[in-house]
Amino acid sequence: MDILSLFVVIPVLTITAILLFKDTRQVRLVSAFGMGLQLLMAAVLVYLYLSARHAGNLDEMLFVKDHLWFKSLNIHYAVGVDGISVAMICLTSLVVFAGIFASWEVVILTKEFFVSLILLATGVFGFFISIDLFTMFLFYELAVIPMYLLIGIWGTGPKEYSAMKLTLMLMGGSALLLVGLLGIYFNSSPDGSRLTFNILEISKVVIPLPAQRLFFPLTFVGFGVLGALFPFHTWSPDGHASAPTAVSMLHAGVLMKLGGYGAFRVAIFLMPEAAHELSWIFIILTSISVVYGAFGAIAQKDLKYINAYSSVSHCGLVLFAVLMMNQTAMNGAIIQMISHGLMTALFFALIGMLYGRTHTRMIYEMGGLMKVIPFLSVCYVIAGLASLGLPGLSGFVAEMTIFVGAFQHPELFYRIVTILAVSSIVITAVYILRVIAILLLGPTTNEHFEHLPDAKWFEKISVVTLIGSVVAIGLAPFWLSTMIGTSLHPIIERIIALNPF
Amino acid sequence: MSIGTFLIMRHELLLIVAALSVLIAEIFWDPDKKKSISLFSIILFGIITIFGFIPSTTGVLFGGMYVTSGTTILMKNILNIGALLVFIQSVTWLNKEENSEKISEYFLLLISTLVGMNFMISSGHFLIFYIGIELATIPIAALAAYDRYKNKSAEAGIKLILSSALSSGVLLYGLSMIYGTTGTLYFSEVAKLFGNTSLQILGFIFFFAGMAFKISIVPFHLWTADVYEGSPVNITSYLSVISKGAAVFILMIILFTVFPVIMATWQKTILVTSVLTMTIGNLFAIRQQNLKRFLAFSSISQAGYILLGLIGGNQLGMASVIYYILVYIFSNLGAFGVVTAISNATGKENIDDYNGLYHTNPKLSLIMTLALFSLAGIPPVAGFFGKFFLFTSAAQKGFYLLVLLAVLNTIISLFYYLLVVKAMFINKSDNPIAKFKSDFPTKFALGICVAGIVVTGFASIIFEAIKNLSFGV
Repeated sequence: MDILSLFVVIPVLTITAILLFKDTRQVRLVSAFGMGLQLLMAAVLVYLYLSARHAGNLDEMLFVKDHLWFKSLNIHYAVGVDGISVAMICLTSLVVFAGIFASWEVVILTKEFFVSLILLATGVFGFFISIDLFTMFLFYELAVIPMYLLIGIWGTGPKEYSAMKLTLMLMGGSALLLVGLLGIYFNSSPDGSRLTFNILEISKVVIPLPAQRLFFPLTFVGFGVLGALFPFHTWSPDGHASAPTAVSMLHAGVLMKLGGYGAFRVAIFLMPEAAHELSWIFIILTSISVVYGAFGAIAQKDLKYINAYSSVSHCGLVLFAVLMMNQTAMNGAIIQMISHGLMTALFFALIGMLYGRTHTRMIYEMGGLMKVIPFLSVCYVIAGLASLGLPGLSGFVAEMTIFVGAFQHPELFYRIVTILAVSSIVITAVYILRVIAILLLGPTTNEHFEHLPDAKWFEKISVVTLIGSVVAIGLAPFWLSTMIGTSLHPIIERIIALNPF
Repeated sequence: MSIGTFLIMRHELLLIVAALSVLIAEIFWDPDKKKSISLFSIILFGIITIFGFIPSTTGVLFGGMYVTSGTTILMKNILNIGALLVFIQSVTWLNKEENSEKISEYFLLLISTLVGMNFMISSGHFLIFYIGIELATIPIAALAAYDRYKNKSAEAGIKLILSSALSSGVLLYGLSMIYGTTGTLYFSEVAKLFGNTSLQILGFIFFFAGMAFKISIVPFHLWTADVYEGSPVNITSYLSVISKGAAVFILMIILFTVFPVIMATWQKTILVTSVLTMTIGNLFAIRQQNLKRFLAFSSISQAGYILLGLIGGNQLGMASVIYYILVYIFSNLGAFGVVTAISNATGKENIDDYNGLYHTNPKLSLIMTLALFSLAGIPPVAGFFGKFFLFTSAAQKGFYLLVLLAVLNTIISLFYYLLVVKAMFINKSDNPIAKFKSDFPTKFALGICVAGIVVTGFASIIFEAIKNLSFGV
């Protein structure tokens, strides 16, 4: 068994183990153990990866394992990672680990909840380790479908509507994606040799330009739906608001990153010429995402909706940076994915904990919580500051890199959209600080709130894990950006070499 | 002609022997133990199914009227597996008091239809093909009216026989034109003599329309929902899986071997009908309350997806169609198996009745969910692989727009499949279906379906084996 496949096998084993136990406590412990092991594995993976790179291994993908699956179509089960996927795997295992502890107190159908949650995580892990488009697509869909049950059964508010909307829109995205992938497959060997789904092999050929023009938009939009590309972002606020805490965390924190990761690893990397030609359309759309998401967040009164719109804005920024197609901006895009993943997971975890105590998510119904539950409140402030890009926390590193990269383009068009996108920082500050002021400061408005208990041990584990990572990236971003940068290099080279302009 | 040559017809002969044995056995059976006839028939049929897999000689009989090849044997085996599953699923229902008088008729008639289908698949001449198709349809009409004291069941029988008579008429009319312009009904000679004249195209269109009735392709689908709703559940599942599968097989063989000359024509025909079938089947399924009608429309839309494998006329297409039928047998029989079990235990058949089913009968709900996900094409179950290959085969010939429309249609279908999942898992009910225990045959059949749904996808060897036996235009 190779180390990468373990990332799929461990969750599957955990699910099997959960099914064997009846008692709620045991189910929780098994889930926590399984995902803790996964987190440990992620750390081991980082170590192995860095030492392999240190030893001078310059392959594009490391730990590659390839098993022929469907011979006649040349479909393989092929796995491999570079620095970017390693970073994403770390992010995923952190968020899932924190998510398990954040949902410690799920009471209805506990077993089913953890099974679905971990199944979702299996899909995500599988997606990040795949380098075969077929396996990648399989895992992608596997990650989407448990969402329906997770939101539908354990959600709040108009959960059935949100669950259906989210599932159908995401599956709609994957419909476009499927056509795009088939298009890539049938153009993967213009010289008529064997067709392939393998990303590395496809990256060695140049897909004919007419085919690129047709399939790039399909693939990009297909992934873009998951990355909350305007105007396909509407599933996100409803979905996140209705989902139970851990699912919001995982979804905003990790699943939306599948969109950004895929958009760049598949759409742009494999079809760079069409990407250069058509990027202006998507740059406009993503700029709208960024600004519109931020304004949307100002107008909301529900904490989860505020954070969901903020996710639209931040994930829009990821796609925006990816489309800039230069080293700095793309580096920023990846750091932004990680940083936003951790930060938004932290937010949703805290919102879930606040909701569990106050039984409301409306900001105007709360107030003065800082005195009552200082631990959670301080964490909330830290999350907020990371979100608005305070230096020393991860958000600053990410956004700074993105905007510097975007501004490197000398054309007026890029300058204008960059300035527009930068303005979102100010808007972000408005909604974050406003919420903090209303929610935490001032007198306690509701007397029921005066005796709220502060965080319990499992909540502390969840929150501290995430805050620790946010601070770590903020204070020492260099090891992360070096790891990403080395892996980005060959990708950027290919993209720039194939620039028709 | 020696006995050895006759063994080429092994599948048909064995089925005829089985049908007659059931008939004769009933005469000598102890009247008090009538129920055990079903056990006897199933064991007999199980042995025949296993026999089918033993490699045997292939070839041509009766001067080219009857043809077998690896492909046809594979198709027959797949139909046998499906039929066996239907038989096992029907035991509980046959054991009911009101049915105990006519158990052997049930098996006799179903096996005869299977004989018809086998002849149809192996035909090398349009007359054999026609006889096969009639033998495959008429006994089903009798079975649709099995619950003859129920108005709906009698109505279903009459509707089926009338609409199939009409479709046979249309089919024969088309064949007469083909005969008139080519002077022969042998497949191989028609293929050589077929040109592109208007009358021949017209003849083909009538032929296609006749087949479209059997497969329930829009706009020839109108009988489907009523017949499916009125018939006993097991007959419905047989109709939706086995009858449809057999008709698809022979349509595919005829398109690929008899009409390659007018490929451009039938591609256009299939393009239009496939989009119509998927879309209309899906849109109507959304509004259904009765699960049998619901699955009827779902099976109409599935026929639309299957047509995607035919359109390219390529080897991959044939492989994916055969594979998809196999997957579809497991998935649809899984869904119908749950409907049957619940209908037998409680008589309830509406989606609303399934509210809160997970809390009372978790296993049945999970099987139903798995089967529906497979029908919708959600990974990691087999339906995903089946659909993926169908779409790939159409994309191979450049039908990207069709593939896009088909994938968008799967989203619509996902919507209504999720409605059932929602009823079972999320909706609350004041009066849920009580917890009940299914008997052994039901569990056994459902177990096979679940295994099929899970394994058929991952085990690439199955697809590769089918691919090796397939051929293109």
